[in-house]
Amino acid sequence: MIQPSSGWAPLRLSELWNHREILYFLIWRDIKVRYRQTVIGAAWAIVQPLMTMVVFSIFLGGLAKVPSDGVPYPLFAFCALVPWTFFANGLNQAANSLVASSHLITKVYFPRLFIPMARVLTALPDLALALGVLFGLLFYYGFRPTLGGCLWLPVLVLLAFVTALGMGLWLSALNVKYRDVQHAVPFLIQIWLFATPIAYPSSLLPTPWRVLYALNPMVGVVEGFRWALLGTSHAPGLITATSALAAALILVTGAFFFRRVEKTFADLI
Amino acid sequence: MSDTAVRVQGLGKCYTIGTSRESSQPMLREVLADALISPLAILRRLAHRLRSGPVPRAAVAEKSPRHFWALREVSFDVARGEVVGIIGPNGAGKSTLLKILSRITEPTEGRVEIHGRVASLLEVGTGFHPELTGRENIFLSGTLLGMRKADIHRKLHEIIDFSGIERFIDTPVKHYSSGMYVRLAFAVAAHLDPDVLIVDEVLAVGDVAFQRKCLAKMEDVHRRGRTILFVSHNMPAVTRLCQRALLVSEGRVQRDGPASQVAGAYLLASINRAAERSWPYPATAPGNHVARLRMVRVKNDSGVTTETVDRRRRVGIEMVYDVLSPGHVLIPYYEFFDESGLCIFATRDLAPEWRARPRPLATFTSTAWIPEHFLTEGSLQVGAGLYSADPYVVHFHHRESVAFHVADSHDTKSNAARGDWDGPLPGVVRPLLAWITESESAPSLVSLTRPSDG
Repeated sequence: MIQPSSGWAPLRLSELWNHREILYFLIWRDIKVRYRQTVIGAAWAIVQPLMTMVVFSIFLGGLAKVPSDGVPYPLFAFCALVPWTFFANGLNQAANSLVASSHLITKVYFPRLFIPMARVLTALPDLALALGVLFGLLFYYGFRPTLGGCLWLPVLVLLAFVTALGMGLWLSALNVKYRDVQHAVPFLIQIWLFATPIAYPSSLLPTPWRVLYALNPMVGVVEGFRWALLGTSHAPGLITATSALAAALILVTGAFFFRRVEKTFADLI
Repeated sequence: MSDTAVRVQGLGKCYTIGTSRESSQPMLREVLADALISPLAILRRLAHRLRSGPVPRAAVAEKSPRHFWALREVSFDVARGEVVGIIGPNGAGKSTLLKILSRITEPTEGRVEIHGRVASLLEVGTGFHPELTGRENIFLSGTLLGMRKADIHRKLHEIIDFSGIERFIDTPVKHYSSGMYVRLAFAVAAHLDPDVLIVDEVLAVGDVAFQRKCLAKMEDVHRRGRTILFVSHNMPAVTRLCQRALLVSEGRVQRDGPASQVAGAYLLASINRAAERSWPYPATAPGNHVARLRMVRVKNDSGVTTETVDRRRRVGIEMVYDVLSPGHVLIPYYEFFDESGLCIFATRDLAPEWRARPRPLATFTSTAWIPEHFLTEGSLQVGAGLYSADPYVVHFHHRESVAFHVADSHDTKSNAARGDWDGPLPGVVRPLLAWITESESAPSLVSLTRPSDG
């Protein structure tokens, strides 16, 4: 049954589930192509956060003497850069995903939601590699993360994924209609980087402001990572909960917005 | 479940045509700028919307010149197992129709019901990625077109076999020749096994042998009771494959009927519908400094211009031309094309009168008479031309000058070369031939069948 729809469409999650193999193959394709086309392949996953860490350590940790909650600054920064890089790459890829897949959108039907979703998920192997390096660094600095802390990592990664996907849905759908979104995305990610406690600790902020600050879901992710792996301060429960709520809100609104404008993609792209 | 595979009712699709300012790709900054400059206007618009609800789309579209209806009031039913061709000129709305049927885009009005699993092939190699190998692309493309991973695993050998490129199946497709690419793509498509198959111009690519293979595969799909919707410009393919065709033009279904009839009507309408054509202005007429065409027409026995001729009567093709330079031997000729664009035959003036005689300055009228009981029913295109043999110069050659329709008589008593048979007759011509049947007497027949007795 095909007929014109208007206004807000239901999400049709069952349709997503029925077509899940398409999502799997889209991810599989992107990962294969990525590692086939690049010379150092997997190394990119590590080089990017590592270089950023070095730059931050020299200029912010070393010269500007930014505090790092008593943790060696490079480890402090890298611990935040690992989930951040996953988020930033995932979001960047997702935001351009629909326009980059115009050949598919105009030629075959499948749930469009899979396109940005696959792009975010494609960043997962990179995250795994970066996590490996992070653990190496932890041991080098003599940190022994607890099992309890490590069990929180998947939850925090999920939170980063939800945020990246939610924003990715908003931006990719907007990008179909307003092509200048793609120029705004790197800018947005850059500002977001500084609005997230990556180069500095959130303990710089007065306590009452931290919950408001945590409306940025990446605050919860980054603080959670530091708490889980470095054992800094107490559990950021309120912050993470606030962030999770904000992320869920972004995802749900993003998904509904995406479904609303989805029907026009093939005509506009 | 009903016997209807596809039901389309009052389908319409309206597109907005962009102007320079509000182009089809509005910039976000423009929208934001508007919001900054006139926030009140936006608020007012929103308030209005809330009060009166959204403006009915059709009402807006009707009036505005910036709206363009790619499809309008399209309705048809397709029965299960039917193969329907969709034909029409470029930009008629065929592709839009297919896009709606395959859910790629949403209609503006109307509705479509499709029973069963749909697979649509709107391009060759949907989802193919150049960096991936043939084998990997089979999985990727197959999944995108609606196959299950398990099905692909099961059919993998069959697909690779069908493609005929086993040797290169693990090579990235970017190294493939276009022929190999198409083969692989079609191999995947051929194994989709949907209930309803939607195909757009897939046969336009590939060599003749491959096209034949595709057609054979589609016939096979049809034999298994599947429903096929097939858009093509290839009229022989449409008439061969489809029992029924829809002629879509200017966003509407103009004709719906047996494929051969609709295809014939389309070709006649799309190329030329006139039985007479004249060039009143020498500047635009076909020709050169030696001769120039003035008129071509189809006439019946009594010399009257006619669009339809009875195949039991002869038909004349007449051309009028001016000879502008004397002293040339000129040979007029005609070519006849059937509905599929196939040249049935050509004829040139070999009559002794002007066979080897240079022509003086004059206006000539040359008529070729096609005998009765020769053409078969259908539409014919006539090309007219004039040439000199020594040296070989074509003075004019007009490929689609006039057209006419040959009508058959179903009156079996008259001699229409169809006898008692009322069904379709194959072939591009249907001459009434002299058939002779001889019989021998019984004894020699016996000796022939039982030679051992002799």
